[in-house]
Amino acid sequence: MSNVPHRFAPIQRLLHWLMAFCIIAMLFIGVGMVSTVAPKYLPLILIHKTLGVALLVLVLVRLALRLHFGAPPLPADLPPAMKLGARLSHLLLYGLMIVMPLLGLGMLWSAAYPVVLYGGIQIPALLPQSDQAHTLLWNAHVYLGLAFFALVLLHLAAALFHALIRRDGVFATISPLPQRERMKPTE
Amino acid sequence: MNQSGGRERSSLGWLTLIAAVLGGSAAAFAYTAGWLAPERLTPDRMIAALTPPSGPPLGHRRNHAKGICFTGMFEASGNGVELSRAKVFVQGRYPVLGRFNLGTADPNAVDATVRVRGMGLQISAADGEEWRMAMINPPFFAVSTPEAFHDLLVAAGKKDPEAMKTFTRANPEFAAFAAWAKAAPWTGSYAEEPYNSLNSFVFTNAKGDEHAVRWSLVPMAEPAAISQAELERRGPDFLEQEITDRVRSAPQRWTMVTTVADPGDPTADPSRPWPENRRKVQVGTLVVQRIEPERDGPCRDVNFDPTVLPQGIRVSDDPFPAARSSVYRKSYDLRAAEARDYPRNEAAKP
Ligand code: HEM
Ligand code: HEM
Ligand code: HEM
Repeated sequence: MSNVPHRFAPIQRLLHWLMAFCIIAMLFIGVGMVSTVAPKYLPLILIHKTLGVALLVLVLVRLALRLHFGAPPLPADLPPAMKLGARLSHLLLYGLMIVMPLLGLGMLWSAAYPVVLYGGIQIPALLPQSDQAHTLLWNAHVYLGLAFFALVLLHLAAALFHALIRRDGVFATISPLPQRERMKPTE
Repeated sequence: MNQSGGRERSSLGWLTLIAAVLGGSAAAFAYTAGWLAPERLTPDRMIAALTPPSGPPLGHRRNHAKGICFTGMFEASGNGVELSRAKVFVQGRYPVLGRFNLGTADPNAVDATVRVRGMGLQISAADGEEWRMAMINPPFFAVSTPEAFHDLLVAAGKKDPEAMKTFTRANPEFAAFAAWAKAAPWTGSYAEEPYNSLNSFVFTNAKGDEHAVRWSLVPMAEPAAISQAELERRGPDFLEQEITDRVRSAPQRWTMVTTVADPGDPTADPSRPWPENRRKVQVGTLVVQRIEPERDGPCRDVNFDPTVLPQGIRVSDDPFPAARSSVYRKSYDLRAAEARDYPRNEAAKP
């Protein structure tokens, strides 16, 4: 047990919160931009594309760090169903963080739109135009986007449940704040 | 574990707090998505207003649904470099893809029933950077704002004759367009029409100087006025037949003329033309070399979104390009999803 960390490494915690903020912003920008015809549509979609691609890079870094540092164990007294739920939901969150930007890019490629990010950065197309592919990727981006939001809410509820009700130290493992004195002695 | 009553009460308090956080987040999300704001002008509402009572043109563009593809060249004169550092203004030849079209939501409209003619155009630089635009033949737009365009579509779709009167009273700029529609001569060819950006954009040159501009593609072919009745006599799809024959016998040309705004000119309102004496720069020539039917042609699957712009051109304070981009995207999403209603190959049609 000596090598098992009791918290996520600082860089992991930093990335978790940075990405959490950006992903929540992406979800709001996404549904906001597709429901407006106002001039803000253009800056919003530019931010959405640029930040989305940046998040794709970040999630790869984050996965590498996860493999390197591992994760602290869940509390031993957590019911097995909850443990399973935690693992599964984290897996899904990672999956969505990888898949959403890829779907976004694929959707634009398959509609023959040039992908131009902030600062004029051009991303070359890796897919040819295709009505079928576009429709599939578009639907996936829209519905998985909504599912992503639902999952983030669930994750948030679980985090608050750990922090406020169970007070089992799970929140401290990823808390952005520096470690306070060790958790209270076992209750 | 300690199960004292105080602990349980506080758990209940926390649970309420958690529920409130979740509820608040979900409500904020729904609000942002416009689900709680039915009065917001969304691309969906704009598409609904464009949709004729007979139903949407499945698989087709939601507006300017009738059209035909072309390919050719843009021959840049080099004069544009002074205004914009866009690569396509450097003297040379750049491939183009485009689409002649009629401003109607009916892909089978009779040519003589449609007043507005348009052109979608895409010019590609050597490195693949694209400039897309969609232009029409009136010298100014019908209304001042995207909201007014929505109201126009709604009013025009009503049977009640009072609806248009009420609309015109609220949007007096429409009178000039109505007068144009009534009096402007018709022609018998896509090749004899000018195509105007109407929206203003900002050109930035290599030194960083910025100019608000509009541009027009001015036909080299001499326009020959014909009556609407004469056009009708020539047949429902005469324009497509005519442009096909005409380009087969010789490439057709347009001069691209950029008009530079003076300070104070109305850049945000495409219904207000700028004074005639504004500086004009001929930046190049569009050469249309080949016509192809839309069905199997290269233009069908392109969205001529006017905000696909190269470095050196950006949108101005004109609210239309953003609105158009948002609605064209949705139109594209829909028609791509309906591709089965518009099979790619003639042979595939039952
Ligand atoms: C878009 C938003 C978010 C995403 C995509 C996300 C993703 C993740 C992922 C993938 C993990 C698992 C880490 C691992 O095992 O490698 C995790 C852990 C965690 N997250 Fe989030 N998160 C988000 C927002 C939040 C928010 C808003 C909170 C709390 C208010 C939160 C609290 C936690 C906690 C407490 C853990 C630690 C769980 C453990 O120790 O096993 N997260 N998050
Ligand atoms: C973490 C990454 C991402 C998330 C969470 C996300 C989320 C969303 C959401 C929620 C929507 C609104 C869907 C709707 O309600 O119709 C949306 C739309 C869109 N997203 Fe993303 N997105 C991500 C990445 C990207 C990327 C990388 C791109 C492109 C480079 C992209 C391009 C788009 C486009 C073009 C739309 C509009 C789709 C349409 O209706 O035509 N997204 N996104
Ligand atoms: C808010 C106002 C406008 C709305 C809602 C609107 C709507 C549309 C839609 C839905 C399409 C079909 C797009 C596609 O599926 O690819 C379209 C095409 C077109 N529009 Fe507009 N439009 C507007 C303003 C304008 C203006 C100001 C112009 C000209 C200056 C214009 C010229 C065209 C042309 C030429 C096409 C055909 C492009 C092609 O061949 O694909 N539109 N419009």
